[in-house]
Amino acid sequence: MSEALPHSKAYEVTTHTVNFGPQHPSAHGVMRLILEMDGEVIERCDPHVGLLHRGTEKLIEYKSYLQAVPYFDRLDYVSPMACEHAFALATEKLLGVQAPERAQWIRVMFAEITRVLNHLLNVGHFALDCGAISPSLWMYEEREKLLIFHEHASGARFHANYFRPGGVSRDLPAGMEAGIREWTEQFPAFLDEMDKLLSGSPVVKQRAVDIGVISAADALAWGFTGPSLRGSGVAWDLRRAQPYDKYAEVEFEVPVGRHGDSYDRYLVRMAEMRESVKIIRQALDKIKPGPVKVQDRKITPPTRGEMKHSMEALIHHFKLYTEGYHVPAGATYTAVEAPKGEFAVYLQADGTNRPYRCKIRPTGFSHLQAAETLCKGHMLADMVAILGSLDIVFGEIDR
Amino acid sequence: MTGFWDSTTGFVILTVLKTLALVVPLLIGVAYLTYAERKVLGAIQVRKGPNRVGPFGLMQPFADALKMLTKETVVPDGADRLLFVLAPMITFGLAVMAWAVIPVNAGWAIADINVGVLYLFAVSSLGVYGIIIAGWASNSKYAFLGAMRSAAQMVSYEVSMGFVIVTVILLAGSQNLTQIVLSQKQFWYAVPLFPVFVIFFISGLAETNRAPFDLAEGESELVAGFMVEYSAMSFALFFLGEYANMILISGMTTTLFLGGWLSPLPFAPFTMIPGVLWFLLKICICLFVFIWVRGTLPRVRYDQLMALGWKVFLPVSLVYLVAVAGVMEYFGWFPHA
Repeated sequence: MSEALPHSKAYEVTTHTVNFGPQHPSAHGVMRLILEMDGEVIERCDPHVGLLHRGTEKLIEYKSYLQAVPYFDRLDYVSPMACEHAFALATEKLLGVQAPERAQWIRVMFAEITRVLNHLLNVGHFALDCGAISPSLWMYEEREKLLIFHEHASGARFHANYFRPGGVSRDLPAGMEAGIREWTEQFPAFLDEMDKLLSGSPVVKQRAVDIGVISAADALAWGFTGPSLRGSGVAWDLRRAQPYDKYAEVEFEVPVGRHGDSYDRYLVRMAEMRESVKIIRQALDKIKPGPVKVQDRKITPPTRGEMKHSMEALIHHFKLYTEGYHVPAGATYTAVEAPKGEFAVYLQADGTNRPYRCKIRPTGFSHLQAAETLCKGHMLADMVAILGSLDIVFGEIDR
Repeated sequence: MTGFWDSTTGFVILTVLKTLALVVPLLIGVAYLTYAERKVLGAIQVRKGPNRVGPFGLMQPFADALKMLTKETVVPDGADRLLFVLAPMITFGLAVMAWAVIPVNAGWAIADINVGVLYLFAVSSLGVYGIIIAGWASNSKYAFLGAMRSAAQMVSYEVSMGFVIVTVILLAGSQNLTQIVLSQKQFWYAVPLFPVFVIFFISGLAETNRAPFDLAEGESELVAGFMVEYSAMSFALFFLGEYANMILISGMTTTLFLGGWLSPLPFAPFTMIPGVLWFLLKICICLFVFIWVRGTLPRVRYDQLMALGWKVFLPVSLVYLVAVAGVMEYFGWFPHA
C-alpha cells in the first residue's frame, strides 16, 4: 500500500482519545480526564486539575486568622468541618493554647458527624457511579438529618464556620445532645439496610471486586491516606496515630480492607460510619458543661453581656474584629484525619495578624494522581466506579 | 354493509381504524408510563415525583411533550444529517410496528398472522439498528461507544431469547400468538417454563436498554450514550420508542408466558372481567417490575452482560429447550403430531 502511494505515510491507529469531563455526570464536579482508549479499555488516563482553582492559599495570606476559617469550608465542601478542624488546630498550636474540654468534645462529635456526612455522600455516589440510582437519594435523606444538626449548631448547613481557633463559635443549642443521641440510635439500622442492598448485591460485587486494585506498598508510595489507604490493609489513622482533641479518650476500631479494590474501599467506609456512631455516643456520654472557647480575650471575643458593662471587653471585641489576633512567629504542619484521609495545613506565622503562608495538603490530590495506575487496563465503566471509590472532591484538590 | 367491509377499500379503512384504535391508546400509555416511572421511582427513592402540573401531576407528560415539541432540533457538525434524523424514526416506528400482531383480547389483533412470534422477534431485533445508526451518525465518541455496546450486547442475548421462544412454540404447537394464548387455558407457560421465563424477562430488559442493562445509554460513563447529541423531538422519539418497547416486551411476556388476556382463574368472578383488562393488568405488573429493577440494581458492565448471555442464558435455554422437547416426545404431549 505504501509502495503504491510514495508520498503517503501509514499510521496504525490502535487507540482513540476521549475527553472525559469537565462536563460529565460522573465528573464529581469539574474533573477532566484525557483518556486514551482501545475500544472501551483504558490505556492511558491523564487527569487535569485546576478548573476549580480559586487561589485559596494566596487569599488566606491576606486575611486575618479568623477570616481564614470560612475558606476551609469551601475546600472539601462535602466535609467542611474537618477542614476547619485542621486550621483551628494549627492556629492553636502556634498560639500555644488549647481549646477547653467541652469545645474539644464538640469538635470530636462534629468531626465524626462530618465523617458520616462525607461517607454517606461518597457511598451513595459510588453506587450511583455503578448505576444504582436509589441509594444516593436515601443517603441524602439521612444526610439531611445531620445537616440539621449542622444548622442548629452553626447556623449554616454546609459552610459552617463553626470550629474556630480556640474552640467553637458557640455552644450547642439546648436539646441538641438529645437529638444527636436519638439519631445514633436509629442510624445503624439504616446502615444495615444499605448493607443488605449494596454490600451483598452480586451486581455491586461484579462491579467493584478486583476493580482498581492497589497494593499497600503502592498506596503508600502514591501518598494515599484515609479509607483509600486502609482499604489496602494499612491500619493508619491519625486519630489513633497522633490523637488530637479528645480522640485519645474514645475507643474505636480502625477498619481495614484486604485487597485494596473498590469494594474494600467501599466496605471500609461503611464500617467507619459505624465507628463514627460509636465515637459520637462516647462523646455524648463524656461531654460536660463548660466554656466552649479559650477564656483569653486576646484570642476569642467576649460575650455580648460583658461588652455592655466592660470597656475592656468592648475594646477586645473591636480589636478582634478589625485587626484580629497576632500569632507568634513559627511554623506548623498540623494534620487531621479528615473523612477522605490526611488533610493538613502547613501554617507559617510571622508574628503579624495574618498567616505568612498557608499551604493546604489536599487529600484527594494524591488519590487522583494514581488514577492512571488504578484505571489502566480497566473498562470505561470501571474507571467511573474506581474514581467514585477514591472519594474525590475538587474543592480541595484545586484549592 | 358487510359487503363494503369485505371490499378492498373497506378493508383498508377498517385496518386504519383498527391501527388508530391501538396506536392512540398505546401512545397515551407511553406518555403515562413515563409518569408512572417517575412516580414509582419517586416512591422508591422517598420523594414525591411529579406533582405540580394538574392534579397529582397527571398533566406532566403533556407538559413534557409540549416542551420537547417546541425545542430546536440541533444537528451537530459533521453528523450524517439523513441518518441522524432517520435513526429516532426507525426506533420509534419499529416499536409501534411490532404491536400489529399482539392480541389484546380474543381475536383483537390487527394482523392475526400465523407466524406472529417470528414477526415479533424480527421487529424487536431490528430496533438495535436505530441505536447503531444514531451512534454512528452523531459523529460523537460517546454516542459511538454507546452504539458499539448496543451492537455487542444485542447478539449476546438475542440467541437465547430465540431459544426461549422456540420452547414456547413447542408447547403451544403454533406460531400464531392467539393460538399461543389459547393453549395456555390450563396453565400459564410461566409455570412449567419458569427458568426460561426469567431468562426471557431479563433479556427483555436488555432488549429495551433498560437498567441494569442500559449500557448503550450508560449515564454514569457515557452521559447519554447513543442519544447524547439528540435534542427536542428527535430525542423525544427515542424516548417514546424506549417506552413503547417496554410496553411491547411486557406485552410479549404476557402473551407468551402469562396467558395473555385469559383470566388467572377460569371461573365466575374472574372470567367476568373483560380480557382486555386482564391483558392491561398483566402488562402493568410487568412494567412495574421494569421500573422496580431500575430503582434497585446497579448497572452491569457490558462484558458482564455478554458473559451472562453466552455463559448462562444460552446453555440454560438450550438445555431447557431440549429437555422440554424430550419430555414432550416421551409422553406424547405434542399438540398435533
